Amino acid sequence: MSQTLPLLSILTFTPLIGAILLLFVNKNSHGVLRTVAMVVSVLTFVLSLPLISGYNGAGTAPGNIGGFQFIEKVPWIAAGPFQMNYQLGIDGISLWLVILATFIMPIAILSTWTAVEEKVKEYMICLLLLEVGMIGTFVSLDLFLFYIYWEVMLIPMYFIIGIWGGKNKIYAAVKFFIYTMVGSLLMLVALIVLYFKAGGGDFNILRFYDLTLDPASQTWLFLAFALAFAIKVPMFPLHTWLPDAHTEAPTAGSVILAAVLLKMGTYGYVRFAMPLFPDATATFTPLIATLSVIGIVYASLVAMVQADVKKLVAYSSVAHLGFVMLGIFALNTQGITGGMLQMLNHGVSTGALFLIVGFIYERRHTRLITDFGGLAKQMPVFAVMFMIVTFSSIGLPGTNGFVGEFLVLLGAFQSSLRWYAIIATSGVILSAVYMLWMFQRVMFGELKNPKNQVLKDLNAREVIIMLPLLFLIFFMGVYPRPFIDSMAPSIDRLIKQTTKNQVAKIAPAAAAMLAVPAAQAATAAPGAPAEAGAPAATGAPAEAGAAAAPAATAATAAAAAAPHGAEPAPAAHEVK
Amino acid sequence: MFEYVWLIPLFPLIGVVINGLFGKKIKNEMIIGGIASLAVFGSFLVSCGILVQLLGMPGEERHFEKTIFTWIQSGTFKADVGFLIDPLSCVMLMVVTGAGFLIHLYSIGYMHGEEGFYRYFTYLNLFVFSMLLLVTGNNLLLMFVGWEGVGLCSYLLIGYYFHKKSAGDAGKKAFVMNRVGDFGFLLGLFTLFWYMGSTHNVWTINFRELASHADMLPVGGVVTAITLFFFIGATGKSAQIPLYTWLPDAMEGPTPVSALIHAATMVTAGVYMIARMNFIYIKSPTTLLVIACVGAATALFAATIGTAQNDIKRVLAYSTVSQLGYMFLAMGVGAFGAGVFHLMTHAFFKACLFLGSGSVIHAMHHALHHEHSDADPQDMRNMGGLRKKMPITFWTFLIATIAIAGIPGFAGFFSKDEILWQAFSNPHHGEMNIVLWLAGACAAGLTAFYMFRLVFMTFFGKTRLSDKAYHHLHESPFVIVFPLIVLAALSMFGGYLGVPKVLSEFFTGGAFPNYLEHFLDPVFAYSTNFMAHSGHGEGHHSVALEWGLMGGSVLIACGGIAFAWALYIAYPAIPGRIVATFPVLHRAVYNKWYVDEIYDFMIVNPCKAFSNFLWKGFDVVIVDGVVNGVAAVVRGLSGLLRHVQTGLVHNYAFSMALGVVVIVGCYLFR
Repeated sequence: MSQTLPLLSILTFTPLIGAILLLFVNKNSHGVLRTVAMVVSVLTFVLSLPLISGYNGAGTAPGNIGGFQFIEKVPWIAAGPFQMNYQLGIDGISLWLVILATFIMPIAILSTWTAVEEKVKEYMICLLLLEVGMIGTFVSLDLFLFYIYWEVMLIPMYFIIGIWGGKNKIYAAVKFFIYTMVGSLLMLVALIVLYFKAGGGDFNILRFYDLTLDPASQTWLFLAFALAFAIKVPMFPLHTWLPDAHTEAPTAGSVILAAVLLKMGTYGYVRFAMPLFPDATATFTPLIATLSVIGIVYASLVAMVQADVKKLVAYSSVAHLGFVMLGIFALNTQGITGGMLQMLNHGVSTGALFLIVGFIYERRHTRLITDFGGLAKQMPVFAVMFMIVTFSSIGLPGTNGFVGEFLVLLGAFQSSLRWYAIIATSGVILSAVYMLWMFQRVMFGELKNPKNQVLKDLNAREVIIMLPLLFLIFFMGVYPRPFIDSMAPSIDRLIKQTTKNQVAKIAPAAAAMLAVPAAQAATAAPGAPAEAGAPAATGAPAEAGAAAAPAATAATAAAAAAPHGAEPAPAAHEVK
Repeated sequence: MFEYVWLIPLFPLIGVVINGLFGKKIKNEMIIGGIASLAVFGSFLVSCGILVQLLGMPGEERHFEKTIFTWIQSGTFKADVGFLIDPLSCVMLMVVTGAGFLIHLYSIGYMHGEEGFYRYFTYLNLFVFSMLLLVTGNNLLLMFVGWEGVGLCSYLLIGYYFHKKSAGDAGKKAFVMNRVGDFGFLLGLFTLFWYMGSTHNVWTINFRELASHADMLPVGGVVTAITLFFFIGATGKSAQIPLYTWLPDAMEGPTPVSALIHAATMVTAGVYMIARMNFIYIKSPTTLLVIACVGAATALFAATIGTAQNDIKRVLAYSTVSQLGYMFLAMGVGAFGAGVFHLMTHAFFKACLFLGSGSVIHAMHHALHHEHSDADPQDMRNMGGLRKKMPITFWTFLIATIAIAGIPGFAGFFSKDEILWQAFSNPHHGEMNIVLWLAGACAAGLTAFYMFRLVFMTFFGKTRLSDKAYHHLHESPFVIVFPLIVLAALSMFGGYLGVPKVLSEFFTGGAFPNYLEHFLDPVFAYSTNFMAHSGHGEGHHSVALEWGLMGGSVLIACGGIAFAWALYIAYPAIPGRIVATFPVLHRAVYNKWYVDEIYDFMIVNPCKAFSNFLWKGFDVVIVDGVVNGVAAVVRGLSGLLRHVQTGLVHNYAFSMALGVVVIVGCYLFR
């Protein structure tokens, strides 16, 4: 890939240029407005494709810094000691999220072709600005820049819900805004504190990764970041803004909200909260896992009894994101890979579900399950697509949903979160219950309601919207290798990052936690290679060169803390 | 031929794609049905080729693996899309593709004129594809893909007449109950993978790799947990207590579906899974006992319900549940070969019975239709005397009934008797053996009774149809009766593949070996050796005892038949009197012991109520209450503060004056 082209900047600002272009279009020529927005979003997607081919998972490509590629760095604001850079780059984790955002956007725009007839110009501008924010958030390597994009994203979404939303739009929009804002402000404070802890300089995230903070400040900083991200995910019990926002938002808003915006929260954890504050991560893992598992079971149960299809899908989102969180906090390869895949899968499947709900809402102007029934007879094409998406959401093997969910559970089961994994596995039953029950009531049975007897099946535009999503549902289910393979190095780096500092820093709690797997390995199978003590083993070599002494102390501390006087397992050997 | 194993699942998949995408445009039933049937026939031919090649190899070398591509690889975990051919999967292949082909053929006649004909064959092909993945997958995860895939197809086909609420309900119930089982299957997989990996550094889910490391598995302990988890999966898929209630409801689907999915193939997946992992199961005596007890209890329990049902398909459905119980009984007593043998013979006679009942329903439907009667064509109380009108259906049905009843010489006799003998003589369960045998024997008597009750009520006696309807009754077309004939022949002679040693020695001096057992031996070799080494080899029971038990079970079966004859032919007034004498008992049996109602009361309704509470109580009142409460407090406070900034100059002047007074006051009175 030619590194001379600032691809990521071009990508980020293409929608912005599109939005500016739209300013000069007559607000009554809806066709032109829609076409311009569509062309711009497709162009953005096409421009994002070179990232896939250009990204080198192994990380040996020229211009690769700390596992990141397509790096751009321009000094931006220099105010005395404060140095903010415009610094971009992607790794295997953000790569696919960027693609997800650029991929979903044309679909979302196409889905609003006939749904939004008022203030089309402003609507399209909002959508494109939203895309700027989304891409920018995923590609920023400068914490300050990240924060700016994070906020940029919030405003168009606020308008989308508040202006083009349903009956109760103001309440939903304000709730969405305030919830997110509370989190963002805490994050801003934490960000500034972190900056001063780092002793000034620039806001380069790669630099912050090398910091070793004392446990107390880690705890507070982690809490601030984690709260901001947990609201965005959303995690139980901070989830109640989501059903409201989803039900009130127009279809395109719901699709983007579910497919991309929720991933900001989980992305925030893997990019910032976890690698920056490894000790705090270890300390809070049980809490977060508990909330994730409650989220899975609770949201599934609540989804089951919803009367409104869109609310049901919104609650199912909460459950799916619970799986993601459980996976990434398992902090092993399978768990994080599963969590990352599940983010993409959720984007595809739940995005598709919201489109489906949008299709029938546009026809019937109701989303109540009881208003439907027997649609399968009247709308066979719609029925097939709805069914495929439903089973993808349930996580049927062969569809995308399965691979992610399976790896999450497998990973969690092998980590210290085994019992959580067992409870979370019951989610596979519950998801079948609420999705199939809803599907049955909407699609099966007799076509009684006269209003439903005249419904038209999907038109060509709607079929075209769905086709790419259906393709991905099967492709990611049958051949997830390209995704997994390109993520793998970045995920390994993340695990090292998050476990390295734990070893280096001799926080007693963390050392004890590390010692448990090591001790298990030592007692269960003497002489077995290091697999079971993976966190300790993988963490140590990376540290060996830079800070051999603290690492060694950590290993001994770990061994001392281990029950039954287990021998200082792999970590100590590696350090020598 | 081995190299072409991937063709076996590919053919039906091609059928799915063609019929699924273009079926609606093709319209022609012969082409749609032809493509689907041909696809399965292609798989059948390849399977035959593989069988021949397998037979041409020495026993211990009869296995072959082919990996197509790596599906998921993450860290230490790796799952391939790969196929395993060995005697066990080969037996399953023959059953699935063979029975599958016949049932496809039958469906062309049976589903003639149905709306959504193409949809039916798409689902049916998809089912065969999934089932073939299940039985040929070389690792646990691929097996799970098939496992869930057949569940999906079962859901789709049960709900085929989706405009009926009962069909939709039944499909959903089947899928959800299967998912409960899948929950167990997944936990089993996780535990096995984690245990073998973290303690023995064997990170694999490949069957042959697991089998080669079977020595590392301890006896009991974690293995009991693993095997019990997997067994939960089996109870869901194979309709065992406590997850059996979906299978009778599954009869909402078209009858050929019941024959293929809910009798011959899918529901035996649990049995196959245990047989496939016999080397793990043999390590846990506890699990074996649980399986044996669940199997025996299911066999007996379902048989009791079968005696009081009037819907011809429901009788067969409970019979299936009961027969599956036998297979699990076999697994639980370590008689894996006998279980697979019964799986095979059951596929023959039960498919024949279901297709036969389909033929009857088909004829009844047309006859009643002519009369514009809305009587239930599946209710045996509307039938009677059908044998004269439908001779082929009658004879094939009778042969299959004799086979399932366990009359010597027919397929069911050999396999069922083998299981009963093993239940009695196995080295695993000590004192429990006699209980297991007794349950099995009683169930055998009940089976003979309810099956002959069905035959007598349907085919014998005076018809209960009106003359006009009876006049319109006629034998089904060739595509329907041809599969019946083939399956009846298999029900008659299929048992000779597994003639027990004692019979073979008596009649032929041992010249007629137990083919199936020898064929399957290598698959179960580890378990056999393990038992031999742990001092639990073949029990030493006298030949006389084996003869005695065999005679006993035959007698019990004959007793059941005689009883059915007495009640439904000789003295038809008696059943009514029995019902009148024991109304409570009859109602309980007729209503399936109220198990569905109990489940609703204990699980479904509380779950719904609790969910409603979570939503309306917790989510809306508590969480949003706090959120909105905070907002209200903020608004209230700001409402108060608002009075400070009114924008009116005299207010500001007043507060300024007040401030001055306060400061001055403080200063003065300090």
